Amino acid sequence: MPTRQGESSLKGSIAIRTDNVCRYYPMGETLIRAVDGISVQVASGEFVALLGTSGSGKSSLLNLIAGLDRPSSGTVVVEENDLAKFSREGLAQYRLHTVGMVFQSFNLIPSMTLLENVELPLRFAEVDRGKRAGLAMQALDRVGLSARLRHRPAELSGGEQQRASLARALINQPRFLLADEPTGNLDSQTGTEIMNFIREFNESLGMTIIMVTHERTLAERYASRMIFLADGKLVGDQSNVVSATTGQTRGGGL
Amino acid sequence: MKTYDMAELAVRNLRESILRNSLTTVGISVGVASLVAMLSLGIGLQQLAGRRLQKSGLFDTVVVTSRRDLRGFNRDQEENGPSPAESPVLNEPARQKIAQLPDVLEAYPDIRFITELRYEDKPYLTMMAGLPFSAKNNDAFDGMQGTFFSSDTAPEIILQKSFAAQLLGKTPKTGGEEAGVQEVAKPLLGKQLTMRYAERTATPATDLTTKKDAQPADSESSKPVGTSYSVVSHEVSLKVVGVCDLDPDSMRGQARARVFLPLKLAQNLHVMQPSDLRDTTSMAGGAPAYTTVEVHVKSPTQVQTVENAIKKMGFNTFSIVDATRSLRQFFAVLDLFLGIFGSLALAVASIGIINTLVMAILERRREIGIMKAIGASDGDVKGLFFAEAGVMGVFGGVVGVALGWTIGRVINLGTNVYLKRQHFPPEQIWFVPWWLVIGAIAFAIVVSLLSGLYPASRAARLDPVQALRYE
Repeated sequence: MPTRQGESSLKGSIAIRTDNVCRYYPMGETLIRAVDGISVQVASGEFVALLGTSGSGKSSLLNLIAGLDRPSSGTVVVEENDLAKFSREGLAQYRLHTVGMVFQSFNLIPSMTLLENVELPLRFAEVDRGKRAGLAMQALDRVGLSARLRHRPAELSGGEQQRASLARALINQPRFLLADEPTGNLDSQTGTEIMNFIREFNESLGMTIIMVTHERTLAERYASRMIFLADGKLVGDQSNVVSATTGQTRGGGL
Repeated sequence: MKTYDMAELAVRNLRESILRNSLTTVGISVGVASLVAMLSLGIGLQQLAGRRLQKSGLFDTVVVTSRRDLRGFNRDQEENGPSPAESPVLNEPARQKIAQLPDVLEAYPDIRFITELRYEDKPYLTMMAGLPFSAKNNDAFDGMQGTFFSSDTAPEIILQKSFAAQLLGKTPKTGGEEAGVQEVAKPLLGKQLTMRYAERTATPATDLTTKKDAQPADSESSKPVGTSYSVVSHEVSLKVVGVCDLDPDSMRGQARARVFLPLKLAQNLHVMQPSDLRDTTSMAGGAPAYTTVEVHVKSPTQVQTVENAIKKMGFNTFSIVDATRSLRQFFAVLDLFLGIFGSLALAVASIGIINTLVMAILERRREIGIMKAIGASDGDVKGLFFAEAGVMGVFGGVVGVALGWTIGRVINLGTNVYLKRQHFPPEQIWFVPWWLVIGAIAFAIVVSLLSGLYPASRAARLDPVQALRYE
């Protein structure tokens, strides 16, 4: 079986490129260097795992790529667009159409039903009322939640909530899925369920996936490439051969 | 995000913390209600005063006199106008000309004379005046007993209450209350009184011998008819049809009449007028001149233009238009103050809105972060909070107008109960015009939106990364 990384670097153009990107936070007298000069390139169709301990800067890097945050210096270029050049409105449009996000804590809006939660990005995208419910139902059906449309998040299990949040991330058909510890709040069985969905999106929809995790085994099972961060710096970048069916790791190396 | 979606989301967000948002909305309602109640009372009082003044006929009337009478009300007019001898005569053609001016409803001569009325063979001397038929709606006849004249020429009279009392031999008791109008009217209504009067007759050349002549009769026949006249004594029987409580002629002061007869009748009788004496020496034509012509104008605001037009014709004029102007000014100031006091409650309510929305931002910080992460723009977030403020404004405004309307109505009812106890006729002292309903709701929405401005932009500025970290 050919390695996925080899495959993607052959066919995949550079989708995401960070150039010496830094993100510093002032905290009292000191300056926290959350992201400290990271240059990395991600090809389209890759499944990248960002690995590192807590505070290593992996989530901060993901937020920069997601357009939720702006770098202190350096650039983030996504599909030839320098995110720094986007206005606040432009970044909102980018988050709406180009990337989809899932979070460790699901981040569904508690006062809304699943259907309304999934429909919300369509409202922001000003999709016609008539089309919205159909699209949202389709997305929920894809993650197996057709029976839970009218439930509120609190009435569902963690796995179901995360599936709903996956449906929401997909609703505007983005080309990138950015996942921040998507299985962090789930037991291993539900986590596997979620990871299988993510892998399916990567394979069947051709989405580029960037997943933040601190579980190396999880990364090894699903990601085609692993990037290691520590103290805001890139400390390792290796491709990973994954057996799609067994999830067994076959090899790697930088 | 589309406006409709924003409103829909806003309503559902408001429903999430229904108690707090209801209380805030009630705050707005109370503010709007106080504004509506205050202004509706202000407007109602203004209309009441306006109606009263309109009925009094004081403020839509221009009194026209001839400069020849040298009795101008206005020194300025006397000094700057043409000399009295050159100014026009205030006669029937002049009256007709005035009546045809734009915005003039009617112009009628003032006919008044002192004469003798006989009742039960006792003579009473009094001032009588002709009343135009249009005076029927004058507020002086509000509490009248009997009826107004049946026609403009009917041989009927209306008595003023004190004269009626005099006819009955009732002298006002000192310190006690005046005799009630019903009391004096009862024995007099329908009774016939005999009026003796002096008729002015243009002297026909052939008829000189039969009449008492005021001027030397010889050689008159060669002059144009009417340069001289005779005065003939006559009697006419008049029926009492009404006794009025108030004084319809109060503006006249010393010359005010206490008995009124239809104006046309008075004109047809050709009663000798005090001013007729002047004609005996004047060079004017034979037609009788009027001392005064009263001009009724469509509305008090047009009095000034009509007055100017009449002045141009060479007559002296007098009106009390300035009273309505200062009255309007008074009510403008009153309404302003009522509006300010009413708005104070709304200002307090607007602080409530700001407070509620700022609280909502704190509470929904994470939600704002989520919305931003999944693609909401600053404008979407801002619009959402703005819409929430607007929806509270709409509800608060509508409920407030209804509440204010009710408060005004209750005050009106209470006032009328009080008026009834004091034996006054009921009055409408409260009025809610359409513009106030729409204006108050619009004002509530504008105030709410202004209050939402700061919270909304604060919500929009939230950093999504920070907001998502917030638990």
